[in-house]
Amino acid sequence: MNATWSRFNITSIVLGFAFLYLPIVLLIVFSFNESKLVTVWGGFSTKWYVSLFHNQGLMDATWVTARVGVISATVATVLGTLAAITLTRYTRFRGRLLFSGMVFAPLVMPEVITGLSLLLLFVAVGFDRGFFTVTLAHITFTMCFVAVVVQSRLVTFDRSLEEAAMDLGAPPVKTFFQITLPVILPAIISGWMLAFTLSLDDLVIASFTSGPGATTLPMKIYSQVRLGVTPEINAACTILIAVVAVGVIIASIANKRREIQRQLDEQAAQRG
Amino acid sequence: MKSLGSIRRDFAPWNDPNAKPYIQFDKVTKKFGDFTAVNNLSLTIFEREFFALLGASGCGKSTLLRMLAGFEEPSAGRILLDGQDLRGIPPYKRPVNMMFQSYALFPHMTVEKNIAFGLKQEGMPGPDIEKRVAEMLKLVKLEQFAKRKPHQLSGGQRQRVALARSVAKRPKVLLLDEPLGALDKKLREETQFELMDLQQELGLTFVVVTHDQEEAMTMADRIAIMDKGEVMQVATPAEIYEAPASRFVAHFVGNVNMFEGKVAERSANTTRITGATGAQIVVDNGGAAAAGADIVFAIRPEKIKVSSKKPADAVNALEGEIYDVAYLGDMTVYHIKLDDGQIVRASALNASRITDDPLTWNDRAWVSFRPDAGVVLTR
Repeated sequence: MNATWSRFNITSIVLGFAFLYLPIVLLIVFSFNESKLVTVWGGFSTKWYVSLFHNQGLMDATWVTARVGVISATVATVLGTLAAITLTRYTRFRGRLLFSGMVFAPLVMPEVITGLSLLLLFVAVGFDRGFFTVTLAHITFTMCFVAVVVQSRLVTFDRSLEEAAMDLGAPPVKTFFQITLPVILPAIISGWMLAFTLSLDDLVIASFTSGPGATTLPMKIYSQVRLGVTPEINAACTILIAVVAVGVIIASIANKRREIQRQLDEQAAQRG
Repeated sequence: MKSLGSIRRDFAPWNDPNAKPYIQFDKVTKKFGDFTAVNNLSLTIFEREFFALLGASGCGKSTLLRMLAGFEEPSAGRILLDGQDLRGIPPYKRPVNMMFQSYALFPHMTVEKNIAFGLKQEGMPGPDIEKRVAEMLKLVKLEQFAKRKPHQLSGGQRQRVALARSVAKRPKVLLLDEPLGALDKKLREETQFELMDLQQELGLTFVVVTHDQEEAMTMADRIAIMDKGEVMQVATPAEIYEAPASRFVAHFVGNVNMFEGKVAERSANTTRITGATGAQIVVDNGGAAAAGADIVFAIRPEKIKVSSKKPADAVNALEGEIYDVAYLGDMTVYHIKLDDGQIVRASALNASRITDDPLTWNDRAWVSFRPDAGVVLTR
């Protein structure tokens, strides 16, 4: 392997990262801008963060987003896990191919179509659009992501674990909760986090299915930006980025640690 | 108290016509789609027996075990345990436990919790569980590993945890699916004897599935040789080896020389065989072979003597040339090409360090054997 840093390598890395992160860095920097004008630097200040917490509209939207995210991610995780179990375990039922295709279709479906079709459905059924309909819509489109994550874990799951539990006297339901669920739990948690993140940053589907009183944070930000970008929005986005970044970093560190610990344990066990 | 060895020596319920069978497979058939895994099979296993199902992969031995555990239901026929028909009884209600080939240890539980799992299911009180778990850990010598998780154990230790977990409930029958398959050779040999002692100590009935004939011969009271979903022979290891019932069994267990031939003459205790290539063989016991029948004479390599001169008193002696010699330390294996073209395998124990009749490549040699050294096979 050639590990030297050629000029070409350095250039491509710098350009690549700049392309990915320059806009975000700019956004973060300008959130600490003293000036009211977003593009003119007027000195360092944290006043926009203070005023952000006094902006009732933004705070309400944050609260709505958090509730929609938690509820929809939780329900989607339950449904997605059930779908994944059915699709991996009962491989011989009629129409399995069609069913699995239909579960995963929303993965590639344009959001506009998902949003529009849900809107039509809600109108036809006569649901008042609001918190309930956004949550339902988010359950629908995040469920398939959970199913994919959980299914990939179930494929490598050793069925003899369940047989062993039953052999030792545990009925099927008990076996599921005491053996299967704990073993696939990490995948279910990742599925939940994925669903939550997807719900958190969804704008298109929420715009179609939401109604008065249920404005999510992305919707709020988008509508405010149309009236002109304020440093307050920059501050809100910075906080959002920080929350997501901290979550991702903690998760990956925990994962890495567990992996290292496991390797050490296994080496120790082999030594005797 | 009788020693474990003497119990084992006198144990032969299969010869007792009044012995009550413990596990009975009664004309059991199992089909998976078009594939017949087990075909109209009947088999009887006795209480406290160490029974081995031996066969190549795909012969149906694992299916048989899984039907006994309750993971598969027979397509036809009955399985009886202690007189009770097992049909429709789910695995979690059967008084049998299984040790899995992959061990199937619960990765999220400690060794202790793994062993306690089955006891908790039957609602044993906490202090009793603790006592039993401690007992089991002691039995498999893993006391200091109680708090470890399975991934913190070596292969041999995992195997012992799996064993402890499966015997913790004191099942009527313990099923072992290739119990030593994942261990290296040395550990496997040690563990074979440990398993035998454990079986005697706990007084359990063991049914073990294996493809390793040495393993089956070492451990089992009786062996069932299986092929294509059918039992070819059920007998003690010695009978299987010394008196195989068919060519398949003779071939499957150990090495064997086969002479194709015809029964030329048959009387009560002498059978004269004319080999396909003209060699004359005389044997004591012709089995079921009638005069004129096409048969195979099977003889094990260690029962053939190789010498440079024709032994004076030999009833059966054939001449040939040493074709190959393999020195294995404890014994030497000769391949002798007889004058009629057949190659005979003979092994000689190297009982002394220096032999006075050294034989080597291309030497003329005689192979000889006693009239009771081989068996006549009609199947």
